Amino acid sequence: MLRLALKMLYGDRAKYAMLVGGLTFCALLMSQQVSVFCGLMRWTTATLRNVQVPIWVADAKVEQVNEVVAMRDIEVDRVKSVPGVEWAVPLFWGLLNARLPDGSFQAVQLTGLDTATLVGRPGKMLAGRVEDLRLPNAVIVDQVGVKKFKKKGIELKIGSTFEINDKEARVVGLCQSDQSFLGQPYVFTTYDRALEYAPPQRKRLSFVLVQPKPGVDPATVVETIRAIPGLTAYTSDDFFHRTIDWYMKNTGIPISFGTVVVLGIVVGIAIAGQTFYLFVHENLRFMAALKAMGARTRTLAAMVFLQAFAVGLAGYGLGVGAAAMFGFGVLKGGEPPFYMPWQVPVFTGVIILFICCLSALIGLVKIIRAEPAVVFK
Amino acid sequence: MNEPANGHQSVAIEARGVTKTFGTGDSAVAALKGVNLDVRFGELTMIVGPSGCGKTTFLSVLCGTMKFDGGSVQLFGRDLAAMRDAEVTAFRGKNVGFIFQQFNLIPTWSAVENASVPLLLAGASRQTAEAAAQRLLDEVGIGQKRRSYPTELSGGQQQRVAIARALVHEPRLIICDEPTASLDAASGHHVLELLQKIACRPDRCVIVVTHDSRIFSFADRIAEMEDGQVKAVHGRGEYHAQYV
Ligand SMILES: Nc1ncnc2c1ncn2[C@@H]1O[C@H](COP(=O)(O)OP(=O)(O)O)[C@@H](O)[C@H]1O
Ligand SMILES: [Mg+2]
Repeated sequence: MLRLALKMLYGDRAKYAMLVGGLTFCALLMSQQVSVFCGLMRWTTATLRNVQVPIWVADAKVEQVNEVVAMRDIEVDRVKSVPGVEWAVPLFWGLLNARLPDGSFQAVQLTGLDTATLVGRPGKMLAGRVEDLRLPNAVIVDQVGVKKFKKKGIELKIGSTFEINDKEARVVGLCQSDQSFLGQPYVFTTYDRALEYAPPQRKRLSFVLVQPKPGVDPATVVETIRAIPGLTAYTSDDFFHRTIDWYMKNTGIPISFGTVVVLGIVVGIAIAGQTFYLFVHENLRFMAALKAMGARTRTLAAMVFLQAFAVGLAGYGLGVGAAAMFGFGVLKGGEPPFYMPWQVPVFTGVIILFICCLSALIGLVKIIRAEPAVVFK
Repeated sequence: MNEPANGHQSVAIEARGVTKTFGTGDSAVAALKGVNLDVRFGELTMIVGPSGCGKTTFLSVLCGTMKFDGGSVQLFGRDLAAMRDAEVTAFRGKNVGFIFQQFNLIPTWSAVENASVPLLLAGASRQTAEAAAQRLLDEVGIGQKRRSYPTELSGGQQQRVAIARALVHEPRLIICDEPTASLDAASGHHVLELLQKIACRPDRCVIVVTHDSRIFSFADRIAEMEDGQVKAVHGRGEYHAQYV
């Protein structure tokens, strides 16, 4: 009977396509929107990926990575003296205005790496060498910078120059960075030179980057550093989640995306539910005939649920597949943000499953309510 | 089977004072107003009468697809009113074969698949069910159409598939509601011939509801209904004579 239940479904190609289409649309809308949302949230933590280090130390008031409360340089030494710390180096990170040769301005995320070690260096160089940062006035600009400068008619390459706060910056390399929420290019330089570019202030240290000793649990080091008055510390993972939490709580992004996702679910339920209901409704006469011929409720339920799940599976596969394709497409271009962690397909799957169960249930109730005698009508 | 001394076949279905009202209050329609009828094994019983007199309702009650309000129905010695829903469903699946005016063949299933449904519902394997269905399709003369879908068949051919489906599980009762109403005269005649030839057996009863006077001659017994009651029961030839 189950084989025939599927045949009942597949036999009518047009209706089957309509059913699958409805669920595909729903799955696509949900997984795509949630992925864009996840991508956007991930963008907020780009600095954590562009400066890779196990432990971040910041002023005690700092809650997320895009927030800087400057500290005194002396904090680096205090952190260095914490037991279990292999090394600790300073990091400058701040939004500054670069002045281009044509006189226009471009905001950049100036990232100053420890001069001696260059800890937090760009992971992937597109041109030039990271070590050349030690040359006078040297900076390395990421692909976003190349793109932004290009829009202003400036072809950025090794040897190009621009100004930050009236001081010359000479490009010695181009790198690939992770796109950030702020959308501004990353400009890497040394810590010391970053301080020269930055406006003069008493406190200028943004973060202290820490590597624990081999065999030492980073969590213990984090605990010890937090005990120092005025400082806080996070493992890179922890900082990642706290940053995302911060944006979830303090911005309207989750609400606006949440609305779209909820709309997607509602539209999905409406479309899929309605088409499936229509399917059941049109088959009601035949289901009633089967009932008259002695089909038990269990058999009819199995048939309806199988049909719903078959439709759901196809719609889910196509929808999430299409969302993933969209993702591959935009990841090449870099925009809009897209990130599909495993939770997204699972979440979409659960919703689709829910829609299928719901419509199957409604259909089944209709079938159970139908008096088998309707077949005589 | 206990053959009564007077030569009549034994009674398969005994309906006594069956009542059925649809709706309540002002809109209530009393469709059955105390129907009495005996249906005998080995006979083709016709229930005839004007449209709206309660024929379909009575048929639905007789085969256990509709609940009734009062009176009693003994179906093969079982009291229908005393059986639970699931029991009635199982009983129906085993004992009743249906032939509808609208055929009710499932459009996306082939002839042989449609005809095998009652056996599949009873738990038979696909092979067994389709083999039995094939035998019956052969018997009703459309064995070569086994792979055809209902839309590819004429009305008469569809009704023959429906006959095969009604007989495939060897039920004791065959129910036909207006089996010829959707067919032309020749096809209708042929369907009744088939019913008479392969459905009627001593251990089985066939009930045909109709207002098609062209097929009255096939009946062994005719129950004449009017306004929710059986007005009279005629033996072979008696009622036929009145109409033609
Ligand atoms: N499900 C129903 N609800 C309400 N009224 C019904 C229903 N079924 C039948 N009736 C009414 O019961 C009466 C008998 O109907 P039916 O048994 O279909 O007559 P027939 O088959 O002899 O034409 C009619 O008046 C009809 O309108
Ligand atoms: Mg009728």
